Amino acid sequence: MKMMNCPLNGLRNISEFVYGGEVKSMPDHVTCSDKEWADYVFYSENTIRVVMEWWFHSPSGYWFIAERHTASDEILNTYDPSERFTKRVEFDSAAAVTEEKRA
Amino acid sequence: MPFSLLKYGLKNDYPFEKDADLPSPTELKKHYDVIIIGGGGHGVATAYYLAKYHGISNIAILEKGYLGGGNTARNTAVIRSNYLTSEGVKFYKESVDMFQGLSNEFDFNIMYSSRGQLTLAHTDSTVRSFRQRTEVNTHFGGKTELIDPQQIKELVPTLNMNPADMPILAGLWHIDGATARHDAVAWGYAKGATQRGVELHQLTEVTDVIVENGKAKGVKTNRGEVSCGCIVQAVAGHSSIVAAMAGIKMPITTYPLQAMVTQPVKPFLDPLVSSSALHCYVQQTGRGEMVFGGGSDPYPLYNTRSTLDLKESLLASAVEMFPFMANLKLMRQWAGITDMTSDYSPIMGLSPVENYYLDAGWGTWGFKSTPICGKSMAELVASGGKVPELIAPFAMDRFDKFRQVNEMGATAASH
Repeated sequence: MKMMNCPLNGLRNISEFVYGGEVKSMPDHVTCSDKEWADYVFYSENTIRVVMEWWFHSPSGYWFIAERHTASDEILNTYDPSERFTKRVEFDSAAAVTEEKRA
Repeated sequence: MPFSLLKYGLKNDYPFEKDADLPSPTELKKHYDVIIIGGGGHGVATAYYLAKYHGISNIAILEKGYLGGGNTARNTAVIRSNYLTSEGVKFYKESVDMFQGLSNEFDFNIMYSSRGQLTLAHTDSTVRSFRQRTEVNTHFGGKTELIDPQQIKELVPTLNMNPADMPILAGLWHIDGATARHDAVAWGYAKGATQRGVELHQLTEVTDVIVENGKAKGVKTNRGEVSCGCIVQAVAGHSSIVAAMAGIKMPITTYPLQAMVTQPVKPFLDPLVSSSALHCYVQQTGRGEMVFGGGSDPYPLYNTRSTLDLKESLLASAVEMFPFMANLKLMRQWAGITDMTSDYSPIMGLSPVENYYLDAGWGTWGFKSTPICGKSMAELVASGGKVPELIAPFAMDRFDKFRQVNEMGATAASH
């Protein structure tokens, strides 16, 4: 059975994890064009090399980042997303913009 | 027959060029009107229809491995058109119709066998979606019916009607469902195409695509550089990687899909049976082997390795459906690499690069579309980029316009 090292729970069975897509930089959802948003949501590099990916440990509800090779399936590193993401993205800013317009 | 065999035995140069199904390899020319990357079913079918209907035969099919050696040889050879959307049903229906005449057209037996395909519903919501699929299919001229448990029992007496404690409520009975020998389809198309002057270059890997001022000009291969009028990319399993050579990013994620086959037993299962809730489909081949398949792997990978997890879950479901199969022995397993799109529909048509046409995103539904895909791609290429109406909904830019064609509910295994 393949194992993955969860940064929170240690080595666990791979079936406990859910793949969550490549780590991509998110465009500003308030100002970006439809094409930029579509690019972020649907398009991906999908190539053969070590890729930074989102993974989710389902039993404990914990999201983290793994560096994995997409052909050999070798998992080189896993870590908490706080190592890369230091700022919280506020999704209610879109609502705030419309509020401003109304006012 | 024995005499002609003897004749071959006594000759020095066997086989004779004129008798061979495929001509011997030749040198690559400097220029072709059309280059097709990928010598699988879709690539050779496109070349075949270009030569047959459009009089274009200055074509090179460049294949990294050998003819039909990729996903054409790795699918489970299911042919059906009982999809969910109007766009999908119309497209796959035409494919089923074309498959029925292929053996005659090729003068080569593709072993087309029309046995019907049965999908089982275990929940009310699935029954509702089956009702919708029945109506859409009937509307476009397909033969699909919603049948009750009694009819299912009569059709497949060996089926457990309560698999994994999920009683079977209804079945989507697709009478047009069929199977065929997938290799023979590729061979038939290749034979027909090469007889009309198309060149098939095996062991020829495209290493780069030459793009100048937004136009595709040619390719670099392990056998030298070739210029061309236009390029068709038909490389299931590596679509993103080949497209990246032309500077194109695709809305595709690539997953392995594992399947397996048992030792042969006496014929007992005529229809192809799949369960939407158990994520499993079962069919018996003409040789008596049982073929099992399911959904793609849970996470992306460019690798045809085998995993025990998938075997356990898939076979557990198969044994729930047909308990006596627990005694059968697995003979072999394999995997294909599937290019999945997020709406479970293919990507066909124009690309951001001029004269570079895409035939990609065929996920787990590529084989069944081979004839219609080849015919449509040939029309597209011959017209110089005028997209046929039938494939217009499958353009890649549907993702930019948020106009996906959602077939997620209609793939054989998942629901």
